[in-house]
Amino acid sequence: MSPRALLELQNLSTHYVSARGTRVVRAVEDVSLRIAAGETLGIVGESGSGKSTLALTILRLLPPAARIPSGRMLFEGKDLLQMSDAEMRRVRGKRIAMILQDPMASLNPLFTVGDQVAEPIRVHEGATRASAWTRARDLLKAVRIPSPQARLSQYPHEMSGGMRQRIVGAIGISCEPRLLIADEPTTSLDLTIQAQYLNLLRELQRAHGLALIFITHNLGIVAKMCDQLAVMYAGRVVEQGPVRQIFRAPAHPYTRALLNSIPRMSDGRQRLTAIDGQPPDLSALPPGCAFAPRCLSAFDRCREAEPPEVAGVENSRVRCWLTAPGAGRGNAGTGAL
Amino acid sequence: MAMLEAAALSKHFRARRGLFGGSGLVRAVDGVSFAIEGGQTLGVVGESGCGKTTTAKLVLGLEEPTEGAIRFEGCDLNALDAAGRRNYRKSVQAVFQDPYASLNPRMRVGAIIAEPLVTNEALTAKETRRAVLRLLDLVALPARSADLFPHEFSGGQRQRIAIARALALSPKLVVLDEPVSALDVSIRAQILNLLRDLQGELGLSYLFIAHDLAAVAHMSHTIAVMYLGKIVESGQAEALIRAPKHPYTQALFSAALPSSPEERREEIVLAGEVPSPLRPPSGCRFHPRCSSVMERCKGKAPVLEKVEGHLVACHLYNSAEP
Repeated sequence: MSPRALLELQNLSTHYVSARGTRVVRAVEDVSLRIAAGETLGIVGESGSGKSTLALTILRLLPPAARIPSGRMLFEGKDLLQMSDAEMRRVRGKRIAMILQDPMASLNPLFTVGDQVAEPIRVHEGATRASAWTRARDLLKAVRIPSPQARLSQYPHEMSGGMRQRIVGAIGISCEPRLLIADEPTTSLDLTIQAQYLNLLRELQRAHGLALIFITHNLGIVAKMCDQLAVMYAGRVVEQGPVRQIFRAPAHPYTRALLNSIPRMSDGRQRLTAIDGQPPDLSALPPGCAFAPRCLSAFDRCREAEPPEVAGVENSRVRCWLTAPGAGRGNAGTGAL
Repeated sequence: MAMLEAAALSKHFRARRGLFGGSGLVRAVDGVSFAIEGGQTLGVVGESGCGKTTTAKLVLGLEEPTEGAIRFEGCDLNALDAAGRRNYRKSVQAVFQDPYASLNPRMRVGAIIAEPLVTNEALTAKETRRAVLRLLDLVALPARSADLFPHEFSGGQRQRIAIARALALSPKLVVLDEPVSALDVSIRAQILNLLRDLQGELGLSYLFIAHDLAAVAHMSHTIAVMYLGKIVESGQAEALIRAPKHPYTQALFSAALPSSPEERREEIVLAGEVPSPLRPPSGCRFHPRCSSVMERCKGKAPVLEKVEGHLVACHLYNSAEP
């Protein structure tokens, strides 16, 4: 078993309910995940698979229409869902921090970089402005921003995209959190800048013993950065386990199809294996397995009942009738690529 | 003879610095030459600000080149009369990145696809309808799509609509500017396969612009790598991917994400960022970030020269010269 979990989600669900309660979007459904200190977990899924809602659920930053009908979120042994708003405010930004996708939208254009990097330090640690700014300067240095002292009094618009994203990273680590959640942190960055940023995150993680949750649609980032992987489809985690195990022998047909559909540099002009159809509407999910309509291995049972999550090889877990015991067709468990 | 040829193409923009500042010159595209063969794909890669989109606009005739020429089937575009230009515009079509922005939300899909036909060809309503249905079939959308609006479609389907519109006038060249980067991962392969099938079926040429190197490698016959308005390396796709020569190409390809956790590559991490195109570095524009920089690189800009079958603009490879 892996070391004691830093964060453990147990059967967590998040639904969005329309004003009249007639439409329910099951954005996250029955998700169980764990991440240990210092570990990197990649959560992969397409848009609408619930991965960003999952991140917002962990931080309890959901919009008013959201409900959490079931589940527990144990962080350092305490259930985040049972905490009062005041307690939660002391966790957010201090123990668990988040980096959002778009650095232009997550920085306030009206405040200097110094004010924004220093803000969490002042709020959570009650530091004076002067000492918070000194810390902010050190943080900018830590994220490799040249001439940090001068940058402190500048505004976000005076910086490039890569620099802004590093500032958001500096804010994220400002109070030395135990867990950092990064939601598509590099999608707006150029390739060489992305490589710089990912290496920086890895160094920060090693230096501070951070646990990292990477939310992304990019399997390349997972291959480069993560130890553990959870694949989401239509609100559910369909497969989870060690990254190497899943890349070597994906057990769920969706994971397998996803890995096959990505062009590789070494393949030349070979035809890609596309996944037909498109992700389902989360407010009108098909009965049974949500992937069944697009799945090449689907059989009758897949369209009738939802597959349970069962343990696979090497601590992996899979939600598929093909691998479920006693399902009649349990032969595709370790289908190689 | 290449179908489309760009010779020393440049596009400079005037930029004003601040409210009272003087004006600067942005050399967005600076002396770029390339050729696209019939039925083949030229992939252009590079980071933001390298001039790849401006190059696309020049090819589409949406920008006038400051210097240089584009020759289409041997004819210089500058020498064409109005009818010739009209014919060129019909032969070169585009598919853009964001199918949520490139389709008019108030028009039905049938009207969107028919618009180029209505503007350019004198067809009867019946003929137009028939053409629209044929185009929808070509991109594997059901015929009833013609009567629906864009919002009723997913991203991948919208991109199919944009492709159908681009094909309405039976073009010879289609400019694909990041055609899959706005789409979901599981949908990208569908669209890339469709584009490849259409190329085979209709003998189309593509100018494929993307920042996803693997997608470019997958689609292209030849690849050109751009940095700050110049082509630093170009050549046959497989050779270029197997053995990139220019230090920038090497760094760019090494920054591409691995396709599996087992894949371990030597990673060349570039220091710093792309400099402002308003003040490009002297000599070789890449020299401030280059790990193999020499004295010569700071003073003199290298020109493209043949190195092992492809073209490279780097002083490392023309050591014979003083």
